[in-house]
Amino acid sequence: MNPTTLFEKIWRAHEVVAQTADTPAVLYIDLHLTHEVTSPQAYSMLRERGLPVRRKDRTLATMDHSTPTDADQLFGRIPIKLESAAQQVSQLEKNCAEFGVELFAVGSPHRGIVHVIGPELGATQPGKTIVCGDSHTSTHGAFGALAFGIGTTEVGHVLATQCLLQRKPKTLAVNVEGALPAGVTAKDLVLAIIRQLGVSGGTGSVIEYRGSTIRGLSMDERMTVCNMSIEAGARAGLVAPDETTFAYLKGRPRAPQGADWEAAVARWRTLVTDEGATFDREIHIDATTLRPMITYGTHPGMSVAIDEAIPSDGDAVYQKALSYMGLTAGQSMLGQPVQYVFLGSCTNGRLSDLAAAAHLLKGRRVAAGVNFLVVPGSDAIKREAEALGLDRIFKDAGADWREAGCSMCLGMNGDTVTKGAYCVSTSNRNFEGRQGVGSRTLLASPATAVAAAIAGHVADARQLS
Amino acid sequence: MEPIRMIRSRTVVIASTNIDTDQLMPARFLTTTTREGLGQHLFADWRYDAAGQPIPSFVLNQPQAKGCQILVAGRNIGCGSSREHAPWGLYDYGFRAVVSTEIADIFRNNSLKNGLVPVVVDEATHAWLLENPGAEISIDLESRVLRLPDGREVTFPMESFARYCLLNGVDETGYLLSQIPAIEAYEQRIGA
Repeated sequence: MNPTTLFEKIWRAHEVVAQTADTPAVLYIDLHLTHEVTSPQAYSMLRERGLPVRRKDRTLATMDHSTPTDADQLFGRIPIKLESAAQQVSQLEKNCAEFGVELFAVGSPHRGIVHVIGPELGATQPGKTIVCGDSHTSTHGAFGALAFGIGTTEVGHVLATQCLLQRKPKTLAVNVEGALPAGVTAKDLVLAIIRQLGVSGGTGSVIEYRGSTIRGLSMDERMTVCNMSIEAGARAGLVAPDETTFAYLKGRPRAPQGADWEAAVARWRTLVTDEGATFDREIHIDATTLRPMITYGTHPGMSVAIDEAIPSDGDAVYQKALSYMGLTAGQSMLGQPVQYVFLGSCTNGRLSDLAAAAHLLKGRRVAAGVNFLVVPGSDAIKREAEALGLDRIFKDAGADWREAGCSMCLGMNGDTVTKGAYCVSTSNRNFEGRQGVGSRTLLASPATAVAAAIAGHVADARQLS
Repeated sequence: MEPIRMIRSRTVVIASTNIDTDQLMPARFLTTTTREGLGQHLFADWRYDAAGQPIPSFVLNQPQAKGCQILVAGRNIGCGSSREHAPWGLYDYGFRAVVSTEIADIFRNNSLKNGLVPVVVDEATHAWLLENPGAEISIDLESRVLRLPDGREVTFPMESFARYCLLNGVDETGYLLSQIPAIEAYEQRIGA
């Protein structure tokens, strides 16, 4: 057999009907994750056509985007301030009840950000095809699953048929070699990758992250990297499963158990790119040269090393971005005052992110005038963090410890940055207005976020420890 | 869906590169549970000031934009979020085609499913379109040709099945449902 890529192996195993010149492939979907924002119109379509959800056993629902992170609102002690958000949440409850879809609603111990709970439950597994009406579905690729975001019409397709019509994408290998220097995290790595590729460099492609650096990352770190594949335009990012993957999944509630586990691991071990297989394109990154990264502009490709000046060569669009951000070419990001810090999201809201941040914050105080929001990625992470006493560290330092959700990553649940204010954010997008009308987002790692929270301005976390 | 063969219209030009779907449809408008009426929120933060008043300098607030069905945008329009609310908003506003040198994957897919034709053109054609806002052009889906006012014809790529669906007003859901026997056979084969 010809040597094949990991992507090709997963693709072929899910072809119900192969693509032809005239028709796209019918691709089988193993796991469909859904949430309140991108599903209501899909359920309406099912109703209009009198269709059931074809595979309820392959469909999971949670609520994360529009749910408040304020406990009083979330648990109904006071009404949800955003009426439309409340209505959307109750619509999801109705839809899931009517169509028999398993829902992790408010109060469920498994509720959380859709891309955090899939892995946490062990539902995300190597070799699966996973889709969700959310572009950060690429996160699940960290397990060697082919996972990508879809629109609401396609959510309807999967609900109705468990399949999608897809043209086969191209392949792009991102090879990363060498040890990450001390103080440089997976977030810094992926920001550096996006800077090199550009925000459309991955369009039409599935990325496979390869090399010794990637092999050395934990599952949480691999998820951070794969999560932001879409910020380089790639719908999916993959990491071949290995012992790190198996150790993470073992014993999780939806992972194979007993004899099934051994069989699954044996199967998963074949999910690698064969020696000699070729990619449509390859790029190489030397991890040893990387520094902590931070964005200064209005897309995730506009980033610099923390101690690097903002580039000065740019066109009118570039100037407009700097003007929106209130920053100037040649300026260093270090010392830039910030009013908000957000630690959370499907990029950096997992337990290891909170633990790393708490470790740096312990015994220190959040600077006056800084609103530091800490939002666990899931209820389970919140419980684990509290069991470890991390919540106390955040609260004692003056941070705001919240309920799980998407929160300040996107301004649709009440958590927003005020107009013109700067927010160092561990999320994934720094688009204009992403965190609220007029908000100015600086994307960075949890460590850089904590350094900013303590200093009240952008600071180098390497000088904290 | 209405069949689409030909779109003939003046263009609206928004030359910014990397227009993400957060600009097309800010997240605060995603709490809707229907797909209607989103045209009023299209480009909301570029179109209206804090008091909700139209910003006169923004092209969609200018009289020449009225009735235009073709949006010419800078490179890589539609990047970011998978929200289908972005093409829903463009369509509801009255756009039937988006022209650029690069169109982001998920946005392109979503557009095709809603009768909004994504047209990728070469740099030179794109540069001409950016420099000539309001030009009367036509997009012929049958022949995959974009015609400029001087008669120049530019061929654009279009996935064959998506083109068939647009030309015939065929909805992909129906096609997928017709594949159920093959899907059942697949499920049996893999023991799903």
